[in-house]
Amino acid sequence: MPERLTRDDVAHVAHLARLDLTDDEIDLYTEQLGAVLAHAADVEALDTSGVPPTAHPLPIVNVLRDDVVTPGVDREEVLAQAPAVEDGRFKVPRILGEAP
Amino acid sequence: MTATEIADAVRAGTTTARQVVEEHLAAIAARDPELHAFNLVTGDEARAAADAVDLAVANGQDPGPLAGVPVALKDNMCTRGIPTTCGSKILDGWLPPYDATVVQRIAAAGGVIVGKTNLDEFAMGSSTENSAFGPTRNPHDITRVPGGSSGGSAASVAAGFAPLAIGSDTGGSIRQPASLCGVVGMKPTYGLVSRYGLVAFASSLDQIGPFSTTVEDAATLLEVIAGHDSRDSTSLAQPAPPVRQEVTKGIEGLRVGVVRELLTGCEPDVAARLHEAADALSAAGAKVDDATVPAAVYGVSAYYLIAPAEASSNLARYDGVRYGLRVDGADITAMYGATRAAGFGAEVKRRIMLGTYALSAGYYDAYYGQAQRTRTLIIRDFDAAYENFDVLLSPTSPTTAFEFGAKADPLTMYLSDVCTIPCNLSGQPAISVPFGTDGAGLPVGVQVMAPALGEQVLFRVAAAVQRAAP
Repeated sequence: MPERLTRDDVAHVAHLARLDLTDDEIDLYTEQLGAVLAHAADVEALDTSGVPPTAHPLPIVNVLRDDVVTPGVDREEVLAQAPAVEDGRFKVPRILGEAP
Repeated sequence: MTATEIADAVRAGTTTARQVVEEHLAAIAARDPELHAFNLVTGDEARAAADAVDLAVANGQDPGPLAGVPVALKDNMCTRGIPTTCGSKILDGWLPPYDATVVQRIAAAGGVIVGKTNLDEFAMGSSTENSAFGPTRNPHDITRVPGGSSGGSAASVAAGFAPLAIGSDTGGSIRQPASLCGVVGMKPTYGLVSRYGLVAFASSLDQIGPFSTTVEDAATLLEVIAGHDSRDSTSLAQPAPPVRQEVTKGIEGLRVGVVRELLTGCEPDVAARLHEAADALSAAGAKVDDATVPAAVYGVSAYYLIAPAEASSNLARYDGVRYGLRVDGADITAMYGATRAAGFGAEVKRRIMLGTYALSAGYYDAYYGQAQRTRTLIIRDFDAAYENFDVLLSPTSPTTAFEFGAKADPLTMYLSDVCTIPCNLSGQPAISVPFGTDGAGLPVGVQVMAPALGEQVLFRVAAAVQRAAP
């Protein structure tokens, strides 16, 4: 069974989730997520050896369709919803760390 | 008028779709400022759609089974060029570039969409208190929540704003608000209704379904929206079973099981109504007995690992790049973090955090993997119960409508879905039917559950519950 959730765990998870949390939010979520995980102790304690996991309730695999050309969504309509575009593409802040 | 009555009258030419839509828009204008069922009322588009229906009738064409029927649409389903917010600041002002399949099918059947209904942000909640645009109020008592997450859709039907509404149900988000608002709400078998254009929350659990005032109307709307769609890879290939024909059939000899585990912790009035409904089904000729689904008691724990895990992945797309809010930062990582911190509300952040943790290195198997194996146990226990019963019965919600702020602690709120979550985990259909009230006059709902693709027997029994309701 995993050990009790710490404040450092929460700060680390916030980084993984790309959420800038305040110190107060980290404190709050440490307590609240701990409570939910404590409730989940009943599931953790179940003997599930030999039980396969269910990822999906349907017995559907590898759905294929005929390769027929159909119109997609309108490019200009999509780009009109973006916060920033340039030359028909989405524009983002710099990605690499070096100076511009 | 029910949806069926409206469609019949419009098709027969004894009323017009325009007249019907004007009456409903007037009702919305009169009371929605108090209730806030809608995030957006699409009056102009609704009038144009109604006029098209009337033109078809005038030309001798049949507009379809929803001819002129107003439909309220949960605001997490895409409408081309019309705002779709998911109750979130991160999508405020976004105009989708396409229509959801359900939107196309409702329009093709002559239905008239009158607006986008309020919801808990990204459908995460059980009270509609998590909407970034303020809560919806319960039409039966405005000091109380309508339930959630499809609280706006449930309230719009309960208030007479539309005879039909569409919701989405991931852990009970159609059935629980239907119960709290005193209307019918149904979650179909997973895969029966296309999710194309439904903004994803937890993809292995999400399903779209109808709200209505009668079981027959729910059947009518389900027939319109169900069926294969090549744009949803989880859409079932086989034809959807016809269900409207089922609501007039008797239930003699059907085996009905009352699920023992789902009565634990229910308010006494809720349990009393459930037993009265079971007695009424027995009087109508069904064989009623106690049933057991032992692993159902693990439903909430398993759900609150699986659903947040899937949500944390699905909601990674809200990053300020392609649509919605962007908060600028020095580099792209700073932009991501600042955008998501500003755009998401507290409950959505909480679930993203929980899901990211449950999927993170070192914890994946203990939490997410274990929850998935528990899901298998729940499915096996349902399968065993359905060897002895045609349908199962339980309360929809352990309580009637509660007051705003009454469940501020997240875990307490999560337990609101204890009766509804098992069928999301199993993928099986379930419906909530109003059955009387508690001592304070607040509506109580009875849940009927059936095996996968058991919609026909589900509607048969649901209609019998409705006929017996006080």
